[in-house]
Amino acid sequence: MILRLERRSQRSTLMAFLSPLLAIGLTLALGAIMFVALGFDPGKALYIYFIEPLTSAWSIEEVVVKAAPLILIGVGLAVCYTANVWNIGAEGQLTMGALVGASIPIYFPDWQSPLVLLLMLVLGIAGGALFAAIPAFLKNRFSANEILTSLMLVYVAQLLLDWLIRGAWRDPDGYNFPQSILFEGWQVIPPLGDGRVHIGAIFAVVAVIIVAFMMGRTLRGFEIRVIGTSPRAGSFAGFKGKRVVLFCFMLSGALAGLAGICEVAGPSGQLQPHVSPGYGFTAIIVAFLGRLNPIGVFFAGVLLAISYMGGEAVQVELGISDKTTQVFQGMLLFLILACDTLIRYRIRLVSPGR
Amino acid sequence: MEALEAVILTIITASTPLLLAATGELVTERSGVLNLGVEGMMIMGAVCSFAAAYTTGSALLGILVGLYAGVATSMLFAFLTQTLMTSQVATGLSLTLLGLGLSGLIGEGFTGLPGVKLESIHIPLLTDIPFIGPILFGQDILVYVSLALIAAVSYVLFHTRIGLVINAVGNNHHSAHALGYGVIRVRYACIGFGGACSGLAGAYLALAYTPQWIENMSAGRGWIALALVVFSTWLPGRLLIGAYLFGTVWIMGLYVQGLGVGIPSQLLSSLPYLVTIVVLVVISGNRSLIRVNTPAMIGQPFAPER
Repeated sequence: MILRLERRSQRSTLMAFLSPLLAIGLTLALGAIMFVALGFDPGKALYIYFIEPLTSAWSIEEVVVKAAPLILIGVGLAVCYTANVWNIGAEGQLTMGALVGASIPIYFPDWQSPLVLLLMLVLGIAGGALFAAIPAFLKNRFSANEILTSLMLVYVAQLLLDWLIRGAWRDPDGYNFPQSILFEGWQVIPPLGDGRVHIGAIFAVVAVIIVAFMMGRTLRGFEIRVIGTSPRAGSFAGFKGKRVVLFCFMLSGALAGLAGICEVAGPSGQLQPHVSPGYGFTAIIVAFLGRLNPIGVFFAGVLLAISYMGGEAVQVELGISDKTTQVFQGMLLFLILACDTLIRYRIRLVSPGR
Repeated sequence: MEALEAVILTIITASTPLLLAATGELVTERSGVLNLGVEGMMIMGAVCSFAAAYTTGSALLGILVGLYAGVATSMLFAFLTQTLMTSQVATGLSLTLLGLGLSGLIGEGFTGLPGVKLESIHIPLLTDIPFIGPILFGQDILVYVSLALIAAVSYVLFHTRIGLVINAVGNNHHSAHALGYGVIRVRYACIGFGGACSGLAGAYLALAYTPQWIENMSAGRGWIALALVVFSTWLPGRLLIGAYLFGTVWIMGLYVQGLGVGIPSQLLSSLPYLVTIVVLVVISGNRSLIRVNTPAMIGQPFAPER
């Protein structure tokens, strides 16, 4: 039997909806096999992984805390990838946003005013956006591949943070630990209620709504979609590919920077060597799983946030490595890409010899 | 003299994994396929070769297992991009993410264990020649493999029928198909070759460069290998030069640090990444240089019309 693909005359709307569900199902099936291979009860492990995080108020809050940055970054990346602009350096832009925003409380530790928080957020956004503008500029001006340059800049940003935090920005009373002073008062994002959820979650929802509106209802959104599907047609319409590249990079960089400063001024409350557990890379998966659609990204972000929680939970409760989280995430992206083929093609099994 | 010898030896060690991975990617890209999963294949090669060498005590077996791991992961990419016709960019990215995750899980039990070191060869008399001996005749086997591979690739690509077919497929898959060549089959083979080379590069990292398992030990080398292919403008000779230049940059940081100059170590560590960006800018900015050898079909899926 030979597997053969037949092109559909038009994209299947049904499959566009079913494919992520199919991919999630297959990922869970492979995950079950993985747990059996590791010598654990797959049913129990999967339950702890994906259901248990939703059974207590505490863990639901934690899911929201983790989903917020994933959604913020994922929404920006979805815009990029729609335009065929490949920003994969969101982790670096997040780091840069965190770093630039945190400079305020570090250099003015005694300054307390609502202005401080506002300035931190604005600087975080600016830091991420400007850092993202580098690969965009290099692509537009020198046609340097943005995938490689944006990724290389991740390492550069992380090393810059490492240098600052072990040197000039280290907390003098911190027993030589590589971390900054603890932020307090207006240097911290106020929590919503008395839990760990903070206004970062609201930013994420607002970003989803604004980007959804922009992509669906504005000329800019139309321009991005046209340039993404057919740059030639776009240029006939007077759209400028270079402008789109710069816009997409700076938008996603700004959102990643916002996510970064929200991490630092929120859950962490100080600058540490690692701002995020790889949110910038996981957001790539979020963007694809969400069909490059802002609303889809929202749900995908929640799911991936649960996978972070589940990874921690199985480690504590069953002693399974939390490295399984990354495996789940990787498998999910792989399978979603495979299942997306069903949107454009029909699969037929043909016996050889025809 | 001895210091210089040590420097050259470490440069070779730092350059070999870059050369191996970039050689494979060069062939893959020549066939018109962009595989961004080099980092993922490399790290899978590293963890599997370490695990195999540690359990069996044989470095050679480790190399073999690393090679297979690279091929196996590359076949996932090939199946998706060639058979299911997914986006090469997205699939390559996901291969890297999957590889980094899976290697972390596989390698968890091996962290901190003493690995098996791939021994350097020793030819009586020849290796004992001062200075030249250890550099030319005292390397480990993978160094020679990497040099032999790039020479072989250069020969095959430009002097044999197979090379002609690979280039044809990469430059115009419709014509190649019309001439009766199996475009998909050629690409599967080239992707597999790329995977094998990345697997070897990973094995080199885990058996020779630092004979132990460290999570994310590839440290972006897979991505730098991708940049090297651009740097080489798809020519094997330039690829060899590029790999050794980058290896030198990689090592320079360590030596400058050793001299105690007041440059922050983080700046030196970021040199390879910064140099990569500069090189990409310089090479890509030069249109004529890039245009001559870029495989015209790179990144484009091939769907035969039936």
